[in-house]
Amino acid sequence: MQFLPADMNIIMPEIIMALIAIIILLADLVIKRKKSLAFLGVIGAGVVAYTIMMDSPGAAFSGMFISDGYSKFFKLIFLVNVILVTMISVKYIIIEKINLGEYYSLMLFSTLGMMVMASAGDLITLYVGLELMALSTYVLTGFIRHNTKSNEAAIKYFLLGAFSSAFLLYGISMIYGLTGTLELKDIADYINKNGLENNKVLMLSMILFVVGFGFKIAAAPFHMWAPDAYEGAPTSITAFMSVGTKAAGFAAIGRVFMIALPAIKLEWSTILIPLAILSIAVGNIAAIAQTNIKRMLAYSAIAHAGYALLGVIAADNEGIVSMMSYLMIYTFMNIGAFAVIIMLRGEGAKGEDINDYEGLAKKHPVLAAFMLIFMFSLTGIPPTAGFIGKFYVFMSAINAGYVWPVVVAVIFSAISAYFYLRIVMYMYMKEPINNVGVQNFEPLLSTSPAIGIVLIVAAAALLGIGIFPSFLLELARAAISGF
Amino acid sequence: MILNILFFYLAAVTIISALFVVIKRNAVHSAIALLVTFVHVAGIFLLLNSEFLAAVQILVYAGAILVLIIFVIMYLNVTQRYRMFNRLKLIAFFVGVVLFAEVLYIITRTALKGQKGEFPIAKVMEMGNTEAIGKVLFTDYLFPFEIASLILLVAMIGAIVLAKKEI
Repeated sequence: MQFLPADMNIIMPEIIMALIAIIILLADLVIKRKKSLAFLGVIGAGVVAYTIMMDSPGAAFSGMFISDGYSKFFKLIFLVNVILVTMISVKYIIIEKINLGEYYSLMLFSTLGMMVMASAGDLITLYVGLELMALSTYVLTGFIRHNTKSNEAAIKYFLLGAFSSAFLLYGISMIYGLTGTLELKDIADYINKNGLENNKVLMLSMILFVVGFGFKIAAAPFHMWAPDAYEGAPTSITAFMSVGTKAAGFAAIGRVFMIALPAIKLEWSTILIPLAILSIAVGNIAAIAQTNIKRMLAYSAIAHAGYALLGVIAADNEGIVSMMSYLMIYTFMNIGAFAVIIMLRGEGAKGEDINDYEGLAKKHPVLAAFMLIFMFSLTGIPPTAGFIGKFYVFMSAINAGYVWPVVVAVIFSAISAYFYLRIVMYMYMKEPINNVGVQNFEPLLSTSPAIGIVLIVAAAALLGIGIFPSFLLELARAAISGF
Repeated sequence: MILNILFFYLAAVTIISALFVVIKRNAVHSAIALLVTFVHVAGIFLLLNSEFLAAVQILVYAGAILVLIIFVIMYLNVTQRYRMFNRLKLIAFFVGVVLFAEVLYIITRTALKGQKGEFPIAKVMEMGNTEAIGKVLFTDYLFPFEIASLILLVAMIGAIVLAKKEI
């Protein structure tokens, strides 16, 4: 292979992303106001988003790196994720006393890893991107160094993450032994040419892929790390990884299963069905018992991974489209909900217990209204986007002939209304517990213009997509036209 | 024949010593068992005509990483003997055995005969092992190679951020 300068154009967004992350790291030495680093990060991510839009599709490094509509759509999710989370972090990391420039830099590195994963045309590239993403997230999870809970979360996440990487690598090595190639398209060709559809080793490596990716998307039964890691991590990072890592995992699942293993479509969708059903059941039932809202949202994240998996199970283009739009919608509703949690985290007040939401509508009617939108959307009540997302995922699964998993999913979705709407009930139908007087509550709310913008953007996106869903779906359809 | 015997010796010792790494209560014993594992893995690399990887395995893993591990053990004075297994050990053992049997069944019954790559042994012999690896690493695998350098950077940042007293 020759080194082609044209390859550089295709990976331009990744190059810019790496540069910005390194610039922030260096600028951290001289800049004392860390707020400006966050600003730099947001601007940088915006520039990357622009270059992605302008980027011409194509493959670089002899097919190792693919830039197509599919990868662009996912990269957009990652960038929306990193921009929104950076904006909600600014005030929060000051309160948590972790106001360090490395925080923003690591978040960008993690996003770079996700982008590499979404663009991977080769299992090595996929794995390397996954490790870059995961390693940065482990560090960010343990970022509150003086908090043992954060340390514990990071250790658990790291150990189980390394364990799941081993499963993934084992699967990759088996498929390499079987086909002699790591490139996704070549794997599919080799399987077709040599009639390996019923090969046992192929099944085994596919199952190992399911384990490896299932861990990253926190699907049950590979979800054990999620509640602890999500609860212990800084709240902004919980938002970051519950959206970003999950979306990246789904990007990898879609790419590997649809491109490398279409020959055993029936087998992998059969294996994913119990995974999806179990995730939805475990997530929604365990969430009912939680009193910590971060933990509750962790279990809800497990359930949402199950819903998105239903789109993958359909195993056709419509299914992938519904999975992609579901993840985009999930980005907005989840980060919105975490933004509200972060606003309640003032000096001295944790704001993580669901009792803290009692009577919120009396104290802060606007904030309560935002939380109402996010909770409705997470439940899937029209006219919010959450309904549209679920509707299309269920629709595509039914069209592919999987009726009973959808029936189960709908039943559990109804159960999930209990714990989402419980927050709403607490906010609107209960009196504030402490009778300290309204003025005394004002300083508890940590507001900043950036977090206000995030709330407005997330709520506007949810209502906008909820009322005009065709825009997002057309975007996703156009994205995978060349898939 | 002799190569087969050598392979089974190396593989068996690798697995047994890896097991010792996990089940030894004394951390120093685990570290020594890890050294045995590393050396035998290097031996397997040699059998596969990968002299360069074997050398790197010894230099990096046995030379650098293991020294660091032992340094940490000494530094932290890990003498406390923790409980090695928890209540779930029976279930874990059962699941482990079943999974192992499955993998063994599948692997022994299927020939792994993938397509041949661009570098058969004869060609590697001719151009030299290190050169062949360098050539592939900086042409075909340039992109993952560069991303790997970012992983190292992130690991370094992470270690400093998490461990440094004052930042």
